[in-house]
Amino acid sequence: MTSLDILFGAVGLITAASAVLAVTTHQLVHAALWLVVTLGTLAGCYLVLGAELVALVQLLVYVGAVVVLVLFALMLTHAPIGRSPEHSSSGGQRIASAVLGAGTTALLASVLLPALGGEVRSTRAGDTQGIAVQLFGSWVWPFELLSLLLLVALIAALAVSRMPATSTEGEPK
Amino acid sequence: MIHLWLPLALVCLLAGAGAYGVIARRNAVLVLIGVELILNSANLLFVTMGSVRGETLRTGHVLALFLITIAAAEIGVALAVVLALFRSRGNIDLSEPGA
Repeated sequence: MTSLDILFGAVGLITAASAVLAVTTHQLVHAALWLVVTLGTLAGCYLVLGAELVALVQLLVYVGAVVVLVLFALMLTHAPIGRSPEHSSSGGQRIASAVLGAGTTALLASVLLPALGGEVRSTRAGDTQGIAVQLFGSWVWPFELLSLLLLVALIAALAVSRMPATSTEGEPK
Repeated sequence: MIHLWLPLALVCLLAGAGAYGVIARRNAVLVLIGVELILNSANLLFVTMGSVRGETLRTGHVLALFLITIAAAEIGVALAVVLALFRSRGNIDLSEPGA
């Protein structure tokens, strides 16, 4: 065990536990808050792996923006505060999805772990300058295309949310 | 130096938890939380491979940055769709038949 192993194990354990809690808790707002813990500790994992820039972007975009969007959506759809058993699915569906989730984990593990799991590798820490050079050099056109994608997504979200309600009751809001 | 099985095991666990969330949840926003977990497991795989493989293009880290941006765009549009659904149906329970 190296020191990076111990660090990653500690942070990754919190990530895994909060991810499981985020998808199993019966309180809607708690699910979003556990998602904050998952994404925040995942940024810690990126730090341990030596990807400072990705960790900071993860904190800014995911923890800062995406989770706020999720919380806003929960509020605007009148999510109940506290336990809401009417939102949880039946026992049979939960068992079936637990089997499927465990199957996904086992399938991925059976592919990834024998292929790469035995290796001990050094990470390239503090490589932000190299990433920046490549990002604005080799990858500059995909990068510019992404700004176009963000603009399209912004306009699309605006258009979808301004769409008049077409329900038969016809109660415009 | 790091043993590669640690991040890879976390990738598998996150993907499994996300798949569970997508299938088991009835609230549309909570399904989106599961989708976010799956996206993040892919992102962790990108970062892990980018960190341990020595190649000049820094593909893993750059693609991880791109994936975070695409996920932000995705969640914006998806939540707008969820809100439109809520306005026209009055609930976002995915187990209910559509109007």
